[in-house]
Amino acid sequence: MEEAQIYDRLTEIFKDVFDEDSIRATPTLSAQDVDGWDSLTHIRLILTVEKAFKIKFSTSEIGKLEKVGDLVALIRARG
Amino acid sequence: MNPLYMELQWLPRAPEDFSVRLKALADSPGTLGRELQALALPALELNQLTKLAKVMSKARSDGKSLAPLAPFRLAVLSNSTIDLIVPALTASAARHGFALEVVQPSYDQAAQEALTPGSQVNRSKPDAVLFALDYRALPLKLSLGEAEASSATIQGAIGYLQALRAGIKANTNAVCIFQTFAPPAERLFGSLDRALPGTLRSLIDGVNRELAAWVPGSGDVLLDVAGLAETVGLADWHDSQLWNMAKFSFSDQLIPLYADHVARTVAAIRGKSRKVLILDLDNTVWGGVIGDDGLEGIQIAQGDARGEAHLAVQRLALELRQRGIVLAVSSKNTDAVAREPFEKHPEMLLKVDHIAVFQANWNDKATNIQAIADELSLGLDAMVFLDDNPVERGLVRRLLPQVAVPELPEEPAWYARTLAAAGYFEAAAFAGEDLKRAGFYQDNAKRASLQKQVGGVEAYLASLEMTIVFQPFDATGRARIVQLINKSNQYNLTTRRYTEPEVTEAENDPLVFTLQVRLADLFGDNGMISVVICRPGASGAWEIDTWLMSCRVLGRKVEHMVLREILEHARAAGIRTLAGTYKPTDRNQLVAEHYAKLGFAKVAEEESGLTRWELPVEGAEPESAPMKVVSRGFSAVKETTPA
Repeated sequence: MEEAQIYDRLTEIFKDVFDEDSIRATPTLSAQDVDGWDSLTHIRLILTVEKAFKIKFSTSEIGKLEKVGDLVALIRARG
Repeated sequence: MNPLYMELQWLPRAPEDFSVRLKALADSPGTLGRELQALALPALELNQLTKLAKVMSKARSDGKSLAPLAPFRLAVLSNSTIDLIVPALTASAARHGFALEVVQPSYDQAAQEALTPGSQVNRSKPDAVLFALDYRALPLKLSLGEAEASSATIQGAIGYLQALRAGIKANTNAVCIFQTFAPPAERLFGSLDRALPGTLRSLIDGVNRELAAWVPGSGDVLLDVAGLAETVGLADWHDSQLWNMAKFSFSDQLIPLYADHVARTVAAIRGKSRKVLILDLDNTVWGGVIGDDGLEGIQIAQGDARGEAHLAVQRLALELRQRGIVLAVSSKNTDAVAREPFEKHPEMLLKVDHIAVFQANWNDKATNIQAIADELSLGLDAMVFLDDNPVERGLVRRLLPQVAVPELPEEPAWYARTLAAAGYFEAAAFAGEDLKRAGFYQDNAKRASLQKQVGGVEAYLASLEMTIVFQPFDATGRARIVQLINKSNQYNLTTRRYTEPEVTEAENDPLVFTLQVRLADLFGDNGMISVVICRPGASGAWEIDTWLMSCRVLGRKVEHMVLREILEHARAAGIRTLAGTYKPTDRNQLVAEHYAKLGFAKVAEEESGLTRWELPVEGAEPESAPMKVVSRGFSAVKETTPA
């Protein structure tokens, strides 16, 4: 999948999970930048992404995520 | 994962614009309860449940009323992370008519909260406390093969739960909801885990058995999570990765299902479980259509694959009746015809005596269900309506939203399971009186009188986006035309049976006007549903030799649209009169007034009951229905869309 497409889909997912129309998935976006992005919303986000892209991340992969760009790299690596 | 459970397939699918509707509701003033319940009704995913709960919380904090949702305060004690479950509980409770307020203490504080008099949970004075503990919360020590030590361990675990219960009871009047424990999917020995005392599996089984023994009699309530986990599969229930990462007791994919079960339990505690099962007959309780197929043709025989599926529905209905659920029938059939299988078919499990109210007529089902509710003096929110036909389901859902109408899959083999999975009749307790309840309503299968028509049917039909397609007889349609001509008994004016060569003859005769009619709607294509043959009669007249229709599309003004099509072609052919005949049989009483309804004038009546009718083509303007009309295969293709 094209990187631009992934960001578009992630933006829709972020809007849905955070219930916030103004949010955009960008490479450097991270938990500090978004209100309500706590550890549990993070879990909900990961679970939603996994379902949407039909992939599963490993515990250590999830543990290493620091910003959205890392997530996109993971999704691309899955093919 | 079995999608029936994971996707709550007995519930309708969520609308595409769910988020938009939810936002609109959040911004609207006035009481929100009914709209919230309507939005909560479909199967919602975790994110949707979360959003809906957020809207409810905000409404509450803004001081907006959530009426008529009934308030209920539920405290949840757990050893696991329940943050994602709590909003799902709130939203799912709305589906069942409750404005749930969840008291959620800090993580893994079950014992502290229960035992400390001034704890958050105890101070909140909840209506119920849900012990949402998993097996890891219990003091279980393995004692492989040691019966005595195992017994002591089980008693110890029960003692622990009872101590927590005592703490709650000492400080509140709350009902305690105890969950049974889902054992882990992993086994130590294999088969011996169940057989040997002191394995984790048999210790948990022991605790569950003890819980099942003391909870129901104590005034508290059992929520059989172990049973639920078993039904979906322990391997799908437990998610080791999620436990490790975030301490979830079970997979996030099962949160909507679990939340619905908790909501059912709350409803049961408040006596709001449903009490009546209203059954459609054709293709629900037997395979086929009694009016057309007759006693010999309907499928309910043992050994007949289709029949067994419908017998399973009958068996479930009977068992529900045995535990106190009242049975009723709502069928589009002549009363006598609908009763025949109950009275005469040797394979029917349901008898007339089992049915408290037997509504078989040609009125719309919403009006009939309202009449059933009035007859039983029960609210619509006590009713469940089972029907294989999505159009009927849609009508009742639209006009009587408090009636529970489960979605059914295409395959009848799953009907019984789907109805059971929906859990409309969840019970918190079972008493001897329940057994007698069905009997109180017994009165030789009363017919409820229709006091008033439920409004809104027209609008519902218009929303179906129907398309009607008219074509003359052709080779492609021939087999189905012959089938309909020979099979239709009820909506059949003259019951003339023709062989295939005879149908082909009519097809090729330029003086004979033929029609094959198809109807499609939002729910799908109904296929060919009407056949008409007009032959030249007296000079300037067409004799309507054959006019038949599938009863499945009754009440939609299809016959009016068919008449409009006949008139158009009659005009084009210079015909001045249409002549029709009603030839009574013991099956087609239904159409005695068909021609009267369409504006024909009766010109003759014989002793046999046969009637003749006429309609002058000039000036005839039958009612039209909101359908798209496609007319093809005649000299030119025509399409008209309703105004």
